[in-house]
Amino acid sequence: MEQIWVYLAASPLFGLTATLVAYSLGHWLYVRCGSTPLLHPVLTAVSVLILLLWLGDISYASYFDGAQFVHFLLGPATVALAVPLYLQLERLRKLWLPILISLIFGVLLGALSALGIARWLGAGLETQLSLAPKSVTTPVAMGIAETIGGLPSLTAVLVVTTGIIGAVLGNGLFRLLRIKDDSVKGIAMGVAAHGIGTARAFQLSQQMGAFSGLAMALSALASALILPSLIGWLF
Amino acid sequence: MAFLHGITLLLLFQLIGELLVHLGQLPLPGPVAGMALLFITLILRRGLPESLSGAATSLLGHLSLLFVPAGVGVMLHFDKLAGDWLAIAAALLLGTLITLALTALLMQLLLRWQR
Repeated sequence: MEQIWVYLAASPLFGLTATLVAYSLGHWLYVRCGSTPLLHPVLTAVSVLILLLWLGDISYASYFDGAQFVHFLLGPATVALAVPLYLQLERLRKLWLPILISLIFGVLLGALSALGIARWLGAGLETQLSLAPKSVTTPVAMGIAETIGGLPSLTAVLVVTTGIIGAVLGNGLFRLLRIKDDSVKGIAMGVAAHGIGTARAFQLSQQMGAFSGLAMALSALASALILPSLIGWLF
Repeated sequence: MAFLHGITLLLLFQLIGELLVHLGQLPLPGPVAGMALLFITLILRRGLPESLSGAATSLLGHLSLLFVPAGVGVMLHFDKLAGDWLAIAAALLLGTLITLALTALLMQLLLRWQR
Protein backbone atom coordinates (compact mmCIF):
# COMPACT_ATOMS: atom_id res chain seq x y z
CA MET A 1 0.00 0.00 0.00
CA GLU A 2 2.71 2.42 1.06
CA GLN A 3 4.67 1.65 -2.12
CA ILE A 4 1.70 2.25 -4.38
CA TRP A 5 1.10 5.61 -2.63
CA VAL A 6 4.72 6.66 -3.05
CA TYR A 7 4.60 5.70 -6.73
CA LEU A 8 1.32 7.50 -7.42
CA ALA A 9 2.26 10.61 -5.48
CA ALA A 10 5.38 10.99 -7.60
CA SER A 11 3.67 10.54 -10.98
CA PRO A 12 2.27 13.56 -12.86
CA LEU A 13 -1.11 11.83 -12.95
CA PHE A 14 -1.56 12.52 -9.23
CA GLY A 15 -1.11 16.30 -9.35
CA LEU A 16 -3.30 16.65 -12.43
CA THR A 17 -6.14 14.43 -11.18
CA ALA A 18 -6.03 15.87 -7.65
CA THR A 19 -6.32 19.41 -9.08
CA LEU A 20 -9.37 18.51 -11.17
CA VAL A 21 -11.05 16.54 -8.37
CA ALA A 22 -10.41 19.28 -5.78
CA TYR A 23 -11.77 21.92 -8.16
CA SER A 24 -14.87 19.84 -8.97
CA LEU A 25 -15.46 19.41 -5.25
CA GLY A 26 -15.06 23.16 -4.73
CA HIS A 27 -17.41 23.88 -7.62
CA TRP A 28 -20.03 21.44 -6.31
CA LEU A 29 -19.91 23.06 -2.87
CA TYR A 30 -20.10 26.54 -4.42
CA VAL A 31 -23.19 25.74 -6.51
CA ARG A 32 -24.75 23.83 -3.62
CA CYS A 33 -24.47 26.89 -1.37
CA GLY A 34 -26.13 29.28 -3.81
CA SER A 35 -22.96 30.48 -5.61
CA THR A 36 -21.78 32.75 -2.82
CA PRO A 37 -18.36 34.21 -3.76
CA LEU A 38 -17.17 33.47 -0.20
CA LEU A 39 -17.04 29.78 -1.18
CA HIS A 40 -15.17 30.49 -4.39
CA PRO A 41 -14.07 27.12 -5.85
CA VAL A 42 -10.44 28.29 -6.08
CA LEU A 43 -10.36 28.84 -2.32
CA THR A 44 -11.82 25.40 -1.55
CA ALA A 45 -9.62 23.65 -4.10
CA VAL A 46 -6.43 25.33 -2.85
CA SER A 47 -7.24 24.53 0.81
CA VAL A 48 -8.12 20.89 0.05
CA LEU A 49 -4.94 20.42 -2.02
CA ILE A 50 -2.63 22.00 0.57
CA LEU A 51 -4.17 19.79 3.25
CA LEU A 52 -3.79 16.73 1.01
CA LEU A 53 -0.13 17.50 0.21
CA TRP A 54 0.58 18.15 3.87
CA LEU A 55 -1.11 14.92 5.01
CA GLY A 56 0.58 12.86 2.29
CA ASP A 57 3.96 14.57 2.81
CA ILE A 58 4.16 15.47 -0.91
CA SER A 59 6.31 18.40 -2.02
CA TYR A 60 4.87 21.27 -4.05
CA ALA A 61 7.39 20.50 -6.80
CA SER A 62 6.17 16.92 -7.28
CA TYR A 63 2.53 18.10 -7.16
CA PHE A 64 3.32 20.74 -9.78
CA ASP A 65 4.78 18.06 -12.08
CA GLY A 66 1.19 17.09 -12.80
CA ALA A 67 -0.59 20.37 -12.12
CA GLN A 68 1.57 22.19 -14.67
CA PHE A 69 -0.67 20.89 -17.46
CA VAL A 70 -3.54 22.91 -16.01
CA HIS A 71 -1.23 25.84 -15.22
CA PHE A 72 0.03 25.87 -18.81
CA LEU A 73 -3.46 26.69 -20.12
CA LEU A 74 -3.23 30.15 -18.48
CA GLY A 75 -1.20 31.24 -21.52
CA PRO A 76 -3.77 30.41 -24.22
CA ALA A 77 -6.54 31.60 -21.84
CA THR A 78 -4.87 35.01 -21.69
CA VAL A 79 -4.71 35.11 -25.48
CA ALA A 80 -8.40 34.09 -25.54
CA LEU A 81 -9.30 37.30 -23.65
CA ALA A 82 -9.05 38.97 -27.08
CA VAL A 83 -12.36 37.29 -28.00
CA PRO A 84 -14.64 38.92 -25.35
CA LEU A 85 -12.70 42.14 -25.93
CA TYR A 86 -13.51 41.97 -29.64
CA LEU A 87 -17.17 41.23 -28.89
CA GLN A 88 -17.25 44.53 -26.90
CA LEU A 89 -15.76 46.53 -29.76
CA GLU A 90 -18.89 48.63 -30.36
CA ARG A 91 -19.08 49.69 -26.69
CA LEU A 92 -15.35 50.31 -26.65
CA ARG A 93 -15.64 52.61 -29.69
CA LYS A 94 -18.39 54.68 -28.13
CA LEU A 95 -16.85 55.01 -24.67
CA TRP A 96 -13.13 54.71 -25.33
CA LEU A 97 -12.06 57.94 -23.64
CA PRO A 98 -13.86 57.50 -20.27
CA ILE A 99 -12.83 53.82 -20.25
CA LEU A 100 -9.20 54.62 -21.01
CA ILE A 101 -8.95 57.32 -18.31
CA SER A 102 -10.72 55.21 -15.63
CA LEU A 103 -8.58 52.23 -16.56
CA ILE A 104 -5.21 53.95 -16.22
CA PHE A 105 -6.39 55.59 -13.00
CA GLY A 106 -7.60 52.22 -11.65
CA VAL A 107 -4.40 50.39 -12.59
CA LEU A 108 -2.23 53.00 -10.86
CA LEU A 109 -4.50 53.20 -7.83
CA GLY A 110 -4.71 49.39 -7.48
CA ALA A 111 -0.93 49.03 -7.39
CA LEU A 112 -0.12 52.17 -5.39
CA SER A 113 -2.80 51.61 -2.71
CA ALA A 114 -1.56 48.06 -2.08
CA LEU A 115 2.09 49.14 -2.06
CA GLY A 116 1.39 52.15 0.16
CA ILE A 117 -0.66 50.27 2.75
CA ALA A 118 1.77 47.32 2.89
CA ARG A 119 4.76 49.63 3.23
CA TRP A 120 3.03 51.73 5.90
CA LEU A 121 2.33 48.56 7.94
CA GLY A 122 5.95 47.46 7.59
CA ALA A 123 5.76 44.58 5.09
CA GLY A 124 9.06 43.35 3.62
CA LEU A 125 10.15 44.53 0.17
CA GLU A 126 9.45 41.16 -1.50
CA THR A 127 5.93 41.12 -0.05
CA GLN A 128 5.33 44.68 -1.26
CA LEU A 129 6.49 43.83 -4.78
CA SER A 130 4.37 40.67 -4.82
CA LEU A 131 1.34 42.78 -3.82
CA ALA A 132 1.76 45.44 -6.52
CA PRO A 133 0.08 43.50 -9.39
CA LYS A 134 -2.71 42.07 -7.15
CA SER A 135 -5.57 43.46 -9.25
CA VAL A 136 -4.28 42.05 -12.55
CA THR A 137 -5.47 38.71 -13.94
CA THR A 138 -3.25 35.89 -12.59
CA PRO A 139 -1.08 34.90 -15.60
CA VAL A 140 -0.19 38.53 -16.30
CA ALA A 141 0.22 39.37 -12.60
CA MET A 142 2.68 36.50 -12.19
CA GLY A 143 4.65 37.71 -15.19
CA ILE A 144 4.76 41.24 -13.77
CA ALA A 145 5.77 39.95 -10.30
CA GLU A 146 8.67 38.10 -11.87
CA THR A 147 9.79 41.18 -13.83
CA ILE A 148 9.73 43.52 -10.81
CA GLY A 149 11.31 41.10 -8.31
CA GLY A 150 8.28 39.77 -6.41
CA LEU A 151 7.39 36.12 -5.81
CA PRO A 152 5.08 34.86 -8.62
CA SER A 153 3.44 32.11 -6.53
CA LEU A 154 2.72 34.51 -3.63
CA THR A 155 1.30 36.95 -6.19
CA ALA A 156 -0.98 34.21 -7.55
CA VAL A 157 -2.60 33.72 -4.16
CA LEU A 158 -2.84 37.47 -3.48
CA VAL A 159 -4.51 37.92 -6.87
CA VAL A 160 -7.09 35.23 -6.19
CA THR A 161 -7.81 36.69 -2.72
CA THR A 162 -8.18 40.17 -4.23
CA GLY A 163 -10.66 38.78 -6.76
CA ILE A 164 -12.68 37.15 -4.01
CA ILE A 165 -12.73 40.37 -1.95
CA GLY A 166 -13.98 42.30 -4.98
CA ALA A 167 -16.55 39.64 -5.85
CA VAL A 168 -17.90 39.42 -2.27
CA LEU A 169 -17.92 43.12 -1.36
CA GLY A 170 -18.13 44.89 -4.74
CA ASN A 171 -21.87 44.97 -5.22
CA GLY A 172 -22.57 46.09 -1.65
CA LEU A 173 -20.02 48.87 -2.05
CA PHE A 174 -21.65 50.05 -5.28
CA ARG A 175 -25.05 50.09 -3.56
CA LEU A 176 -23.56 52.12 -0.70
CA LEU A 177 -22.16 54.64 -3.21
CA ARG A 178 -25.49 54.64 -5.13
CA ILE A 179 -23.81 53.58 -8.36
CA LYS A 180 -26.42 51.99 -10.62
CA ASP A 181 -24.97 52.07 -14.13
CA ASP A 182 -23.89 48.54 -15.11
CA SER A 183 -21.11 49.81 -17.37
CA VAL A 184 -19.59 51.81 -14.47
CA LYS A 185 -19.82 48.87 -12.05
CA GLY A 186 -18.36 46.51 -14.65
CA ILE A 187 -15.34 48.71 -15.41
CA ALA A 188 -14.51 49.12 -11.71
CA MET A 189 -14.94 45.40 -11.07
CA GLY A 190 -12.73 44.34 -13.98
CA VAL A 191 -9.98 46.80 -13.05
CA ALA A 192 -9.97 45.97 -9.33
CA ALA A 193 -10.94 42.29 -9.24
CA HIS A 194 -10.04 40.78 -12.68
CA GLY A 195 -11.53 37.38 -13.67
CA ILE A 196 -13.12 36.45 -10.35
CA GLY A 197 -14.84 39.84 -10.20
CA THR A 198 -15.86 39.38 -13.84
CA ALA A 199 -17.42 35.98 -13.11
CA ARG A 200 -19.40 37.64 -10.29
CA ALA A 201 -20.38 40.54 -12.58
CA PHE A 202 -21.83 38.08 -15.13
CA GLN A 203 -24.05 36.68 -12.34
CA LEU A 204 -25.43 40.18 -11.72
CA SER A 205 -26.00 41.20 -15.36
CA GLN A 206 -24.75 40.47 -18.87
CA GLN A 207 -23.82 44.12 -19.42
CA MET A 208 -21.86 44.38 -16.18
CA GLY A 209 -20.05 41.15 -17.05
CA ALA A 210 -19.20 42.34 -20.54
CA PHE A 211 -17.75 45.62 -19.27
CA SER A 212 -15.89 43.83 -16.50
CA GLY A 213 -14.31 41.42 -19.00
CA LEU A 214 -13.36 44.36 -21.20
CA ALA A 215 -11.76 46.18 -18.26
CA MET A 216 -9.94 43.05 -17.12
CA ALA A 217 -8.37 42.44 -20.53
CA LEU A 218 -7.45 46.09 -21.10
CA SER A 219 -6.05 46.56 -17.59
CA ALA A 220 -3.91 43.44 -18.01
CA LEU A 221 -2.41 45.11 -21.07
CA ALA A 222 -2.08 48.51 -19.35
CA SER A 223 -0.56 46.98 -16.19
CA ALA A 224 2.03 45.01 -18.13
CA LEU A 225 3.04 48.24 -19.86
CA ILE A 226 2.89 50.62 -16.86
CA LEU A 227 3.73 48.72 -13.65
CA PRO A 228 7.33 47.63 -14.34
CA SER A 229 8.40 51.23 -15.08
CA LEU A 230 6.35 52.60 -12.18
CA ILE A 231 8.05 50.18 -9.77
CA GLY A 232 11.45 50.89 -11.30
CA TRP A 233 10.86 54.59 -10.71
CA LEU A 234 9.60 54.12 -7.13
CA PHE A 235 12.24 51.73 -5.81
CA MET B 1 -12.24 19.39 -35.06
CA ALA B 2 -13.46 22.96 -34.50
CA PHE B 3 -12.11 22.99 -30.94
CA LEU B 4 -8.73 21.73 -32.12
CA HIS B 5 -8.62 24.47 -34.75
CA GLY B 6 -9.52 27.12 -32.16
CA ILE B 7 -6.96 26.03 -29.58
CA THR B 8 -4.28 25.81 -32.29
CA LEU B 9 -4.99 29.42 -33.24
CA LEU B 10 -4.71 30.51 -29.58
CA LEU B 11 -1.40 28.67 -29.15
CA LEU B 12 -0.07 30.12 -32.42
CA PHE B 13 -0.85 33.66 -31.29
CA GLN B 14 0.75 32.97 -27.92
CA LEU B 15 3.85 31.65 -29.68
CA ILE B 16 4.06 34.71 -31.95
CA GLY B 17 3.53 36.91 -28.87
CA GLU B 18 6.34 35.17 -26.96
CA LEU B 19 8.67 35.49 -29.96
CA LEU B 20 7.90 39.20 -30.40
CA VAL B 21 8.47 39.91 -26.71
CA HIS B 22 11.70 37.96 -26.71
CA LEU B 23 13.09 39.43 -29.92
CA GLY B 24 11.89 42.99 -29.25
CA GLN B 25 12.83 42.96 -25.52
CA LEU B 26 9.31 44.22 -24.74
CA PRO B 27 8.29 44.70 -21.08
CA LEU B 28 5.19 42.47 -21.58
CA PRO B 29 4.33 38.87 -20.77
CA GLY B 30 4.21 36.92 -24.08
CA PRO B 31 0.54 35.89 -23.77
CA VAL B 32 -0.48 39.57 -23.34
CA ALA B 33 1.32 40.43 -26.59
CA GLY B 34 -0.50 37.44 -28.16
CA MET B 35 -3.83 38.78 -26.90
CA ALA B 36 -3.14 42.23 -28.36
CA LEU B 37 -2.13 40.68 -31.70
CA LEU B 38 -5.23 38.49 -31.84
CA PHE B 39 -7.44 41.49 -30.97
CA ILE B 40 -5.90 43.54 -33.81
CA THR B 41 -6.23 40.60 -36.20
CA LEU B 42 -9.93 40.20 -35.36
CA ILE B 43 -10.55 43.92 -35.97
CA LEU B 44 -8.75 43.81 -39.33
CA ARG B 45 -10.51 40.59 -40.31
CA ARG B 46 -13.91 41.99 -39.24
CA GLY B 47 -15.22 38.73 -37.88
CA LEU B 48 -14.78 36.00 -35.34
CA PRO B 49 -14.29 32.43 -36.62
CA GLU B 50 -16.64 30.02 -34.85
CA SER B 51 -13.84 27.63 -33.90
CA LEU B 52 -11.99 30.43 -32.09
CA SER B 53 -15.05 31.64 -30.25
CA GLY B 54 -15.78 28.04 -29.14
CA ALA B 55 -12.26 27.41 -27.84
CA ALA B 56 -12.13 30.80 -26.10
CA THR B 57 -15.50 30.25 -24.43
CA SER B 58 -14.51 26.84 -23.06
CA LEU B 59 -11.15 28.07 -21.78
CA LEU B 60 -12.53 31.24 -20.19
CA GLY B 61 -15.53 29.37 -18.79
CA HIS B 62 -13.15 27.44 -16.53
CA LEU B 63 -10.68 30.26 -16.00
CA SER B 64 -10.67 29.91 -12.22
CA LEU B 65 -9.60 26.23 -12.41
CA LEU B 66 -6.41 27.42 -14.11
CA PHE B 67 -5.40 29.49 -11.03
CA VAL B 68 -5.42 26.48 -8.70
CA PRO B 69 -1.90 25.06 -9.27
CA ALA B 70 -0.33 28.49 -8.74
CA GLY B 71 -2.58 29.10 -5.75
CA VAL B 72 -1.38 25.93 -4.02
CA GLY B 73 2.10 27.49 -4.25
CA VAL B 74 1.17 29.66 -1.29
CA MET B 75 2.26 26.72 0.88
CA LEU B 76 5.83 27.67 0.04
CA HIS B 77 5.34 31.14 1.53
CA PHE B 78 3.53 30.47 4.78
CA ASP B 79 6.44 31.97 6.77
CA LYS B 80 6.31 35.18 4.73
CA LEU B 81 2.54 35.33 5.12
CA ALA B 82 2.80 34.75 8.87
CA GLY B 83 5.31 37.61 9.24
CA ASP B 84 3.46 40.14 7.11
CA TRP B 85 -0.13 38.94 7.50
CA LEU B 86 -1.58 42.20 8.85
CA ALA B 87 0.04 44.32 6.14
CA ILE B 88 -1.07 41.86 3.45
CA ALA B 89 -4.66 41.61 4.74
CA ALA B 90 -4.97 45.40 5.01
CA ALA B 91 -3.40 46.00 1.60
CA LEU B 92 -5.73 43.47 -0.04
CA LEU B 93 -8.93 44.55 1.69
CA LEU B 94 -8.50 48.34 1.81
CA GLY B 95 -6.59 48.53 -1.47
CA THR B 96 -9.29 46.61 -3.34
CA LEU B 97 -12.17 48.61 -1.80
CA ILE B 98 -10.46 51.95 -2.51
CA THR B 99 -9.73 50.90 -6.11
CA LEU B 100 -13.31 49.68 -6.68
CA ALA B 101 -14.89 52.81 -5.21
CA LEU B 102 -12.71 55.50 -6.74
CA THR B 103 -12.54 53.87 -10.20
CA ALA B 104 -16.34 53.56 -10.26
CA LEU B 105 -16.81 57.17 -9.10
CA LEU B 106 -14.36 58.47 -11.72
CA MET B 107 -16.00 56.44 -14.52
CA GLN B 108 -19.44 57.71 -13.45
CA LEU B 109 -18.21 61.31 -13.51
CA LEU B 110 -16.60 60.86 -16.97
CA LEU B 111 -19.77 59.29 -18.41
CA ARG B 112 -21.85 62.22 -17.12
CA TRP B 113 -19.49 64.66 -18.81
CA GLN B 114 -19.68 62.81 -22.08
CA ARG B 115 -23.49 62.73 -22.14
